[in-house]
Amino acid sequence: MKVGVVTFPGSNCDYDAYALVRHVMQENVEFLWHKSTDLKNCELIILPGGFSYGDYLRSGAIARFSPIMESVIKFANSGGLLLGICNGFQMLTECGLLPGALIRNDSIRFRSHNVYLKVEETNSAFTNAYGSEAVIKLPIAHGDGNYYSIGEELRQLEDDGRVLFRYCDREGNLTKESNPNGSVNNIAGIVNMERNVLGMMPHPERAGEKILGSVDGLKVFESVKAALLTLTTAGKA
Amino acid sequence: MTGTLKKATVYVKLKDGVLDPEGKTIQKALSQMGYAEFLSVRTGRFFELEIEANGSDIDSRIDEVCSKLLANPVIENYIVEKK
Repeated sequence: MKVGVVTFPGSNCDYDAYALVRHVMQENVEFLWHKSTDLKNCELIILPGGFSYGDYLRSGAIARFSPIMESVIKFANSGGLLLGICNGFQMLTECGLLPGALIRNDSIRFRSHNVYLKVEETNSAFTNAYGSEAVIKLPIAHGDGNYYSIGEELRQLEDDGRVLFRYCDREGNLTKESNPNGSVNNIAGIVNMERNVLGMMPHPERAGEKILGSVDGLKVFESVKAALLTLTTAGKA
Repeated sequence: MTGTLKKATVYVKLKDGVLDPEGKTIQKALSQMGYAEFLSVRTGRFFELEIEANGSDIDSRIDEVCSKLLANPVIENYIVEKK
């Protein structure tokens, strides 16, 4: 597979994503500069974590208008696989590819530690390699990760099975204590209606090697690889 | 020819019902300081804009700027004050 990682001014997890795809998975990966509009035929685009534009105004609000975002939005709207991690998730809600918003953590603290997540849905290009209802460990590092959505919009997210990850305790229980930021319904990651765009606050790209404390994030990328293979095979058939 | 210079102030605030942890913390601090009658604090921010106005669509231009960038309509409201 060929992966593109967009670098914005202030991105700081772009190299983590690059290293995981290149050195752990031995797959093709390219950096894409935010001022470019060329996605270089990548099959998965990653909007990485960090503090694009210093988080000025609102997290992700300014990056969302970078030149490359027009190509990224077009790519996603035509079915391309798009993964927004942390600051990337914030960009996805800001540009409307995903519903809701990410507001200040309810503790007002920047939270940087490992969390447990329950994989709620394996029916997606991003989670098909996980076991059903698996409990995984990934790091978080954010100040604005409190997922906000209400009413019909939230009901639809839940009814459509578009919540892929929820914060939980080690045993997989969805508790208030295991929710690091106050997110509604312990939501940590969601997909769009077409299920080709995933936004998540935890960092799977920083959990792909034993030395980093967890390899549980690798399966997000292995899922994408499997999904792309299926697509290619289906296309040739 | 350049247009006339107009000024506007835009106030952006979280919608009612959206959690404002900063406001809540400030309220708690006030209460501890002996100002217990200040029951609620909601925070926000404002923007002072200077606009070179050439056409008559200045109001809709300001509106666009507010809803596209200055405020996130999912969680925030805004008020425009023209001078």
